Amino acid sequence: MKNEIIKLYTGIVIEEQTVISLTELCQCCSLPTEQLFVMIDQGIIEPLESNPPSSHWQFSGDSVIRVQTALRLQRDLNVNLAGAVLAVELLDEIKELRQLVAFLQGE
Amino acid sequence: MEYKDYYKIMGVGKNATQDEIKRSYRKLARKFHPDVSKEKNAEKHFKDVGEAYEVLKDQKKRSAYDQLGKNWKAGQQGFEPPPGWSSDFGFNSSFTGHSANGSKFSDFFESLFGQRNNRFHDSRTAYQTRGENTHAKVFINLDDAYHGTSSSLNLRTTELNKEGHPQLKQRTLNIKIPKGVKNGQNIRLQGQGNPGFGGGQAGDLFLEIGLNPDPIYKVDGRDVSLKLPITPWEAALGSKIQVSTPTGKVELKVPPCVSSGKRMRFKGRGIPGKTPGDFYILLEIVLPESLSDKEKSLYQALQQESSPLNPRIKLEQTHEK
Repeated sequence: MKNEIIKLYTGIVIEEQTVISLTELCQCCSLPTEQLFVMIDQGIIEPLESNPPSSHWQFSGDSVIRVQTALRLQRDLNVNLAGAVLAVELLDEIKELRQLVAFLQGE
Repeated sequence: MEYKDYYKIMGVGKNATQDEIKRSYRKLARKFHPDVSKEKNAEKHFKDVGEAYEVLKDQKKRSAYDQLGKNWKAGQQGFEPPPGWSSDFGFNSSFTGHSANGSKFSDFFESLFGQRNNRFHDSRTAYQTRGENTHAKVFINLDDAYHGTSSSLNLRTTELNKEGHPQLKQRTLNIKIPKGVKNGQNIRLQGQGNPGFGGGQAGDLFLEIGLNPDPIYKVDGRDVSLKLPITPWEAALGSKIQVSTPTGKVELKVPPCVSSGKRMRFKGRGIPGKTPGDFYILLEIVLPESLSDKEKSLYQALQQESSPLNPRIKLEQTHEK
């Protein structure tokens, strides 16, 4: 058998990544900036510092997942933006509670 | 090819009205959407439901499907569309699958309603489109969280071949999972998602990490804990106990007069990270299932000897109020 060098890919753990820029966030979520601003207005994510110019805004690493989830809920379940934002917040809470329950129950 | 019973998938009868089908779709879409679902194999169910709805919601497709169903008997192996079957049904779909394998519909659907002869994207392929992101989930053990590991992922992405037709491409990706990942965190691999169109950038791969429950240790974020049974005399007199932890053996100094439920912390021996978690030992006093006569009398002597200890005094005082 031929000896192959197996390439090992390394990614970034996004929750540990300190910041992601506005541009990168738009690219990651395939969103035009105007649409991302609408979502920011709804409060799904917040820039780490809201000093102008907005093009220099930066966000925490987990922003990507929050925005993507909201987009999927809108697209797949016909939820409007405000509802999608609420859903994302509730899902976060559910995730935490489930982990706590599993821990307390000693599964 | 396997026949798909769309009515069964949607949970409606063959004579269901369009309204009933729509209502059923909405309910099932919410139930199985991967972002909100608790069900096993939610993604597969969601795809199945979406595909079934795609056919049944459209009168033309539905009656064509019904026609086909007449010739299929339950339990029949394999299925092929009849010769001369026209797959010109037009395609006005708002349903977009987003699974890691890149394919939106099953082979069954593609053979009946597929668009093999049509362009995958309309004139939009003339423009650059960023490839779609791919999402996958991998499960690791506590040991992997402590030391890191690598994972082999089989991915299927959709690419356009030379003729501009979509085809599924299979590939294996070996991904390093660094130590210190928490349950539920995501690893992003740039450019490892679906390729872009018209020279556009490839999408990203998002890998969600799931931590398998450990048989011995309990995990809470980065903190790891262990319930340690101790004898009454170890608790009363104090003792030194060797305990195995994921980071090696530690010597636990049990202070005298300790009660059940006491948590002893070993800082930094939890899952590693920027702020590493801690390791906790929870003490639990256990008694033997039965006592010998000698033991019993010793305990009774202890009972006589001990100071008027009433652990329930606060409780009783509260009741008296």
